[in-house]
Amino acid sequence: MTDNRIATVRDFIIELPYARALRLELRGIGAGWAELAMPYHPDLVGDPATGVVHGGAVSALMDTTCGGAVMAHPDAGLGTATLDLRIDYMRGATPGQAVRARATCVRVTRSIAFVQATAFDDDADAPIATATGAFTVTGGGPAPTLA
Amino acid sequence: MSRPSKPEPMQVVKQRRDATLDALVARVPFIRTLGVVFERRGDELTAILPYREMLIGNPILPALHGGATAGFLEVAALIELTWTQVWPNVESGRITPEQVTQASALRMPKTVDFTIDYLRSGLPRDAYARARVNRSGRRYASVHVEGWQDNRSRLFAQATGHFVMPAAPSDDG
Repeated sequence: MTDNRIATVRDFIIELPYARALRLELRGIGAGWAELAMPYHPDLVGDPATGVVHGGAVSALMDTTCGGAVMAHPDAGLGTATLDLRIDYMRGATPGQAVRARATCVRVTRSIAFVQATAFDDDADAPIATATGAFTVTGGGPAPTLA
Repeated sequence: MSRPSKPEPMQVVKQRRDATLDALVARVPFIRTLGVVFERRGDELTAILPYREMLIGNPILPALHGGATAGFLEVAALIELTWTQVWPNVESGRITPEQVTQASALRMPKTVDFTIDYLRSGLPRDAYARARVNRSGRRYASVHVEGWQDNRSRLFAQATGHFVMPAAPSDDG
């Protein structure tokens, strides 16, 4: 059942229209965690003087990765929504490099999932951003099949 | 300062303000990608996110992607903050709208943190946002944004962000 669920989530999150618009790629997923990447693209630039990707694009990567971690958690259902999300931007992503985010469910209750995520570019020693979010949890159980 | 005491013709004032706003928005590629546009009444800005299928994050409901909402509110906050910085300089004639279009002439504030509160799911229709600069110091600023769709009093999301202001030109080495 778990493998089935992971497969469903994997296909689901990167097929979302907005995830496709940002060209998000799934790098890894398991029970309660997910890792996604957002390739560099000139469409995502926020500051033309530096070529650095807009924070709003990094936010979307973080939100999608956190949501994926919740959906991949064995105690949560596939239906989840963001209640709140705080993102700390520690430095600009290096232009030309993909941004990778890894999210982990810190704790999942019957109604809420507490999730943390960290984003990096090619420099694995200096995070670009961290995120902390609370997500809704709807009844767990077997993954529904998607049309 | 150097403005004549006689009021300028309305078209001149409007043209200058609209050209400045257009220049601010046009220089950021991500704003075009997301499709955000701005309306202006005097110095008051309203950000508009016209609905498009690509903004969907939950195809079953359907609902806007939380990441699209986050990006929309952050764009609204950053443009409001930059606009409030630029406004006095444009009104006094120190900066021309043409200068705003040059990437090097105008440094953008940097987002330090951004916290989004999702109050209800974003419906598959246009969204609006207005930002308020609650505190703007020489180095840091705090901005609050409210987003709504059908009813101004029923927010679907709100956010608060902190920003580092670009160094003033006189601070440059």
